[in-house]
Amino acid sequence: MRYAMAIDTKKCVGCSDCVVACQTENNVPIGYCRDWIVEVTDGTYPKLETEIRSERCNHCDNSPCVRCCPTGASHYAEGGIVLVTHDMCIGCSACIESCPYDARFTHPDGYVDKCTFCLHRVDKGMEPACVSVCPTKCMYFGDLDDPNSPVSKVLTTRKYKVLAPEAGTKPNVYYLI
Amino acid sequence: MREELIISGRMNHLIDPVLHAWGWEIPVYLFLGGLAAGLLFFAGLYYLLGKENEFPAAVKKAPVLVPIILSLGLFALFLDLHHKLYFWRLYTTIRIESPMSWGAWTLMAITPLSMVWAALNIKEWFPNWDWKYQWIRDIETFVAGYKKHMAWLMVILGVILGIYTGILLSAFNARPLWNTSILGPLFLASGLSAGSALIMLISKDHHERITFARIDLIVIVVELFFIIHMLMGFQASTEVQIEASKLFLGGDLTAPFWIFVVVLGLLVPAGLEIMELLKIKIPVIVPVVLILLGSFMLRWLMTYGGQMSRYLY
Repeated sequence: MRYAMAIDTKKCVGCSDCVVACQTENNVPIGYCRDWIVEVTDGTYPKLETEIRSERCNHCDNSPCVRCCPTGASHYAEGGIVLVTHDMCIGCSACIESCPYDARFTHPDGYVDKCTFCLHRVDKGMEPACVSVCPTKCMYFGDLDDPNSPVSKVLTTRKYKVLAPEAGTKPNVYYLI
Repeated sequence: MREELIISGRMNHLIDPVLHAWGWEIPVYLFLGGLAAGLLFFAGLYYLLGKENEFPAAVKKAPVLVPIILSLGLFALFLDLHHKLYFWRLYTTIRIESPMSWGAWTLMAITPLSMVWAALNIKEWFPNWDWKYQWIRDIETFVAGYKKHMAWLMVILGVILGIYTGILLSAFNARPLWNTSILGPLFLASGLSAGSALIMLISKDHHERITFARIDLIVIVVELFFIIHMLMGFQASTEVQIEASKLFLGGDLTAPFWIFVVVLGLLVPAGLEIMELLKIKIPVIVPVVLILLGSFMLRWLMTYGGQMSRYLY
């Protein structure tokens, strides 16, 4: 099983619903977020092109955060989801430094926190909170090993990219372009 | 033209707008760890070469300071932890792939070792020192029989600790300014330079001072070569590293880097040491303070600069 997410940059309007849904579902402390929106504008007026992306932890296959964790708190859970065991985390920030996507932060309680792909929901057969609320239905989630999962299907028909592939992290969040 | 806006209002503490997860604690620790590594390396090396009477400050006197230096460094590391009560988790596992795990275990070995070596030589600082209990004296006599083994360990662990301070940073490929394998040797050289400088300050013996001034001079030349090598390496690398090196080549950290690290931290003390070798009297405190300052600034600027460098996507 390999969980992955695909996000359609052509459909995303950057409404931040995914951000708020995540904060509510996961009780993210006020002032913090596990996912966020990035808007990139390229070109010179009037020829401008804007890409809007909902970003989060990429749950990389080759996660530098798991590699550098001195205690093993950061680890691969089922389906390749990268998780942090709170009472093993010493809050050394090594994983924060190691992430090219700046997807991690220190929770006010001391441990490192990040997106979990809502594993607690996925285990019950539900979608991650961000995917479930997206008003434009621009997000797809599922198992890459299952050819019939929404994410597998959309990746066979659309062009896509991942963020900073040159970092060698082999991310599992795909952006449809 | 490219304009990037983060519009969700992501303002995660210590992550945005510029990564600042590591503050002053880490460069302070890297400096003190490097200094301790340098002192232990020279103490072990000259003991093994049978020169403990020729270089008493290096072999016996300076290493007494190492447990204090290491303790201060470890305290800084402890302050850096956000989940402090769980620090013992470092010692419930060995993570081969994690430089920090290597460092934690190296410190676990080197700190008691340095304490024993310091205890054996404490009379250098306090001639009237006497252990209160007989059983401590018995242990002292027992341990003194293994000085040669300890010296070997000090040389080996000293090199590992010195290199590790650089590898800790260079292992993060997410921060292009750190992601160069020359950082380990560079920090080791910087630690050896700081160590030899402190030995020069402590030593009362002219011959020992001159010898360590010579050693320091060689290490400074090596360090300069590594710095040039590092910057050239960045220039010949990928876009993210070319961008990162601009921090020191025209960007925000250019002035502090070249003034404090290269000129005041390396070139000026090298010049003063050459004058000393040419028998021109120089107060030893001046080059020593400059070297220690330069060594600290190198780590400070690398720690901060690294967090300013990032992948572009």
